[in-house]
Amino acid sequence: MAAKPKLHYPNGRGKMESIRWLLAAAGVEFEEQFLETREQYEKLMKDGVLLFQQVPMVEMDGMKLVQTRAILKYIATKYNLYGNDLKERVLIDMYVEGTTDLMEPIMMYPLLPPVEQEKRLSLITQRPATRYFPVYEKVLKDHGQNFLVGNRFSWADVQLLEAILMSEELIPTVLSDFPLLQAFKARISSIPTIEKFLQPGSQRKPPPGPKYVETVKEIFNLN
Amino acid sequence: MSGRPKLTYFKGRGRMESIRWLLAAAGVEFDEEFLETGEQYEKLLEDGDLLFQQVPLVEMDGMKLVQTKAIQRYIAGKHNLYGKDLKEQVLIDMYVEGADDLMLLIIPLGFLPPDQREKQIQVMLEKANTRYFPVYEKVLKDHGQNFLVGNKLSWADVHLFEAILMVEEKKASVLSAFPLLQAYKERISKIPTIAKFLEPGSKRKPPPDDVYVKTVNTVFKRI
Repeated sequence: MAAKPKLHYPNGRGKMESIRWLLAAAGVEFEEQFLETREQYEKLMKDGVLLFQQVPMVEMDGMKLVQTRAILKYIATKYNLYGNDLKERVLIDMYVEGTTDLMEPIMMYPLLPPVEQEKRLSLITQRPATRYFPVYEKVLKDHGQNFLVGNRFSWADVQLLEAILMSEELIPTVLSDFPLLQAFKARISSIPTIEKFLQPGSQRKPPPGPKYVETVKEIFNLN
Repeated sequence: MSGRPKLTYFKGRGRMESIRWLLAAAGVEFDEEFLETGEQYEKLLEDGDLLFQQVPLVEMDGMKLVQTKAIQRYIAGKHNLYGKDLKEQVLIDMYVEGADDLMLLIIPLGFLPPDQREKQIQVMLEKANTRYFPVYEKVLKDHGQNFLVGNKLSWADVHLFEAILMVEEKKASVLSAFPLLQAYKERISKIPTIAKFLEPGSKRKPPPDDVYVKTVNTVFKRI
């Protein structure tokens, strides 16, 4: 009997959150080992389990996987969330890279010094609605289907929902000009595995608070 | 009649270079359109060719592909440079992401002020020496094969080879502690498609100079 995947990361979103979303969407139960101290992190490195000395690290199928994109691709492929052929895959890849670009500055924001934060604030509050959401709204409009690619639930849909919810936490009205995305959000949220992940008590992590930021800075020597 | 891919980017390395390498390694001839002015860029935006308003853009197989990783995966998948199964794929993905992280320490150097550049080069060399090259040296040592994954040339080899050359441009002796990587580098450079790309007159681009940096800044400042 296969062991559950085991996720190694601090107790918060960061780069691991997209992986939690995808496993949850695929209906895959997983365990988590939270990094809380610098010593724990150093031990992982000494034990040689972090290929490039970094987390996320996910133990699954007898492997110690690192590099967020590599892990996500593996999960998406294994659980049939990656389209039917090369053309669908490249669409999924483009859409996923777009939502990753949207989320990354939001994710990194709490770790920036205040001077940098000031510079970035307008970027993270404006880009979702000017550069990214119009693209996905148009994709949905052009094919009129319920999912982004191939008329079928895929990794691209999971990550877009994650990006929408993250943006809404910053700007509650961010979808006001995007009716198709509003409908998409409602539809994807009601998929049973996703709905379960959205419930309180799931392994979904809250937005980063000061305690999380402190922990991360200490573990990775970012001070 | 052109079935050849068409690459739109600046006349320099940036994020397009890895794509040029991969196409070249796969023996695929391609055309290039160089961005030189703000007007050209604005026209691309108006024509709706850039999904997320960004380059690289690669037109191939009837699609306008954006997002460097999406484009690379498509090419690797199409040209059998992506392993034979999921396990090989995830190894390739991890190794590619590692080499990419290393190259991303070099790619923006031309855009930094000169005093920061030197410091950043030292950071990069340290990481190359302690975080990245030891990993690949060990991979080669552990399986004793000629290529990183599956005993066959893959995207991972092309990407690592590109990274090695890029680091060597900053410090010629950087592989001195890594005998297997030295042999590996020689071997890969002799592969006919790669040897051809290394010859003068190929589409390989030189390291960024002031003209390149100025062009990029000009094109994007117009927006």
